[in-house]
Amino acid sequence: MDGLVMKAGGWLGLALLALAMAVMAVDTPYAVHMTIMMIAALLALWFTMSRADYGAIARGILRAPAHQGEYDDDPIRWGVIATLFWGTAGLAAGLFIALQLAYPALNFNLEFTTFGRLRPLHTSAVIFAFGGNALIATSFYVVQRTCRARLAFPSMARFVFWGYQLFIVLAATGYLMGVTEAKEYAEPEWYVDLWLTIVWLAYLAVFVGTIVKRREPHIYVANWFYLSFIITIAMLHVVNNLSLPATIFGSKSYAAFAGVQDALTQWWYGHNAVGFFLTAGFLAMMYYFVPKQAERPVYSYRLSIIHFWSLIFLYIWAGPHHLHYTALPDWAQTLGMVFSIMLWMPSWGGMINGLMTLNGAWDKIRTDPIIRMMVMALAFYGMSTFEGPMMSIKSVNSLSHYTDWTIGHVHSGALGWNGMITFACMYYLVPRLWGRQRLYSLRMVNWHFWLASAGIVFYAASMWVAGIMQGLMWREYGADGYLVYSFVETVAAMHPMYLMRAFGGLLYLSGFIIMIVNVWATLAGKVRDEKPMTETPHNAAADRPLVAVPAE
Amino acid sequence: MSDKSRIDEPTGTATVGHEWDGIEELNTPLPRWWLWTFYATIAWAAVYVVLFPAWPMVNSATRGMLEWSSRGDLKAELAAQDAKRAPIAKAIAATAITDLAARPELMEAAIQGGSAAFKVHCVQCHGAGGAGVAGAYPSLTDDDWLWGGDLAAIETTLTHGIRNPDHTETRFNVMPAFGKDGILDTAAINDLVSHVRVISRQEKPSASSARGAVLFEANCVACHGTNGEGIRELGGPKLTDAVWLYGGSREAIAKTIYAPRNGVMPRWNDKLDAVTIKMLSAYVHSLGGGEDAPAPVLTAQPKGEADNG
Repeated sequence: MDGLVMKAGGWLGLALLALAMAVMAVDTPYAVHMTIMMIAALLALWFTMSRADYGAIARGILRAPAHQGEYDDDPIRWGVIATLFWGTAGLAAGLFIALQLAYPALNFNLEFTTFGRLRPLHTSAVIFAFGGNALIATSFYVVQRTCRARLAFPSMARFVFWGYQLFIVLAATGYLMGVTEAKEYAEPEWYVDLWLTIVWLAYLAVFVGTIVKRREPHIYVANWFYLSFIITIAMLHVVNNLSLPATIFGSKSYAAFAGVQDALTQWWYGHNAVGFFLTAGFLAMMYYFVPKQAERPVYSYRLSIIHFWSLIFLYIWAGPHHLHYTALPDWAQTLGMVFSIMLWMPSWGGMINGLMTLNGAWDKIRTDPIIRMMVMALAFYGMSTFEGPMMSIKSVNSLSHYTDWTIGHVHSGALGWNGMITFACMYYLVPRLWGRQRLYSLRMVNWHFWLASAGIVFYAASMWVAGIMQGLMWREYGADGYLVYSFVETVAAMHPMYLMRAFGGLLYLSGFIIMIVNVWATLAGKVRDEKPMTETPHNAAADRPLVAVPAE
Repeated sequence: MSDKSRIDEPTGTATVGHEWDGIEELNTPLPRWWLWTFYATIAWAAVYVVLFPAWPMVNSATRGMLEWSSRGDLKAELAAQDAKRAPIAKAIAATAITDLAARPELMEAAIQGGSAAFKVHCVQCHGAGGAGVAGAYPSLTDDDWLWGGDLAAIETTLTHGIRNPDHTETRFNVMPAFGKDGILDTAAINDLVSHVRVISRQEKPSASSARGAVLFEANCVACHGTNGEGIRELGGPKLTDAVWLYGGSREAIAKTIYAPRNGVMPRWNDKLDAVTIKMLSAYVHSLGGGEDAPAPVLTAQPKGEADNG
């Protein structure tokens, strides 16, 4: 009872604090945000005090199995729903801003709908809302099963989920109202950063707590990757967001660093957000779900050790390659470039371990659309982790930097690797979490696969052409020794490529909507009566895998 | 290797012996090509950090054996381009702007260079093709010039700018704010608008325009000329044609008379060198409305173009 009083008192105190902040606010966005905080705290207070079993009500709404099972799966089910919800918002925002670039009239001459405000909305929605929820949900799923232990601190795990959603709402509404630290992928202001820090430390506690109470002698490789992701993101987030608020009643702060030091800190953060959020975290997903779906052992234990440690050691140094040919001293640029080159093979270690896990089950690429998605994800992972080191080479970078090639590179990684592997994991999770025999339709998964793949091809190809063309136009000298094109001429030349890119985004979003329908129907307990994916029987005798020859 | 290790049948490789939720791991050695490529990138990095600036020291970093630096690289590249352009730049510098037309090869080079400079310095206001922005910035592609459209006049405009507050040689005039400052009332401005619309052949003469003609005579001819044909020397715009910087509708003209914009163009002699300004003059002159230089003797005539070829 005392615990309940303490908890309820805490939430009430937080609500009152938020109310006071809202009243004292010196700018409207801050007042709006503090009001949102107050409402969230009052809701938490209500759920703490009222005696209704909200877990059971939520399970009813989500049609989850009533049986609680061996593991604590409720926050994971919510996480799957949140992933799909934010994914829809993020992809739709992406398609919209792609159309804005082709048709600037779509800015509507309204501050809230300008490209400058919607772009961070898109990037944060897909990376932190869609990707983040997928990472939190899968990490809770994987850590319980590979440790054979229920989640440590179950109420804290629920706080992590809801606290993270609140962070997303505060960040997104802030962007629309023009609140920003102007740091790419770290736009939210100081008070949102503080909130995320609290949520993230709770996440770390739940994850580490579960590992500590494991009933397995060793820690599975997926958990190494999850742990490196959680710890490093905490460090990156705190250091890059060190800042001094102009007033604690306002939404404006000033960074602790200035000039090129600030730029370097920002790209140390920005590059490692890619490295530890979008690479290490998603490799963790890959290390559990690929062997499970393929029903094969992981290709090489040794490779997983070597590529894990080399990846996390090398990645952290590579950030300066975002600042080639800037005020950053040459030696630091060299540092970023050589570490990026050395990062190539450690990155590929994950691709090899993922793809070669199919050794002995290659036929599944033909029969299983989820495996097909995983293979495509790993292929795009391999492609973009080759492209990245290549673009970090100074002479390549002098052509590619500031052009849409960078945008294409990011999206072949984000759409191809992060998107595809997340879809595959969600397709794996949904029937298992909801106790369904199988997905509503595997053929719809196949449609999703092809729409998404075609979308990525349109996206990446058009951005390669646009970026390289733009880079070449910027540097072109005429016979008389003068630059030939103005900036606006390069923009006009890219218009057709912008249209193709938007078309690619439309295909990708269409595939995602098919996924939503499929998951919805699966949750409703429907099974589509359809022809199986293949009629070709598997001939085990004819499937001769590559046998590795030890070199020692 | 643990006791639970077994040989995986499809691959013939031993497992490590761990198992998590049904996932096992094979004890496959590192792929050789992977390992050797990894070593190769490390070796390459080791060589690169000796050749290029890499190791931070107390006050600066090692310069690398190749003595390469990004600033030095840029300097060399710019110097190479400058050297390539030097002969033609020198020739243009030595030629008076009025003599440029007589040397087609120099004129052509000047237009090319001016085109490049225009894209950097001028497109922001005058547009990528020099067509201006309706209601804000003048078009440079027509033959309607406020301050003169021959090479020398354009060069003067570029060099000294228009209405630069800090510069005595700038081109300068001010149209009074007839409405805002209470010089004319609304009815008078309305009549004046009618007159201007008549002389620009947008309306038929009326009682209002007749009253406006009297007001025009009293207030406007000093700058816009007796018949509204404009006075170039004073930068007084021509009112009898269809070209309107701030719009030719009744509302737009009334707005201009009420509170004129008196727009500003920056001077460029503090930002660009004389050769670039000369080149920009040649380029702007080539856009379509460039005029020939007036004959030097015809000083009394307000217009002397087309008399000499």
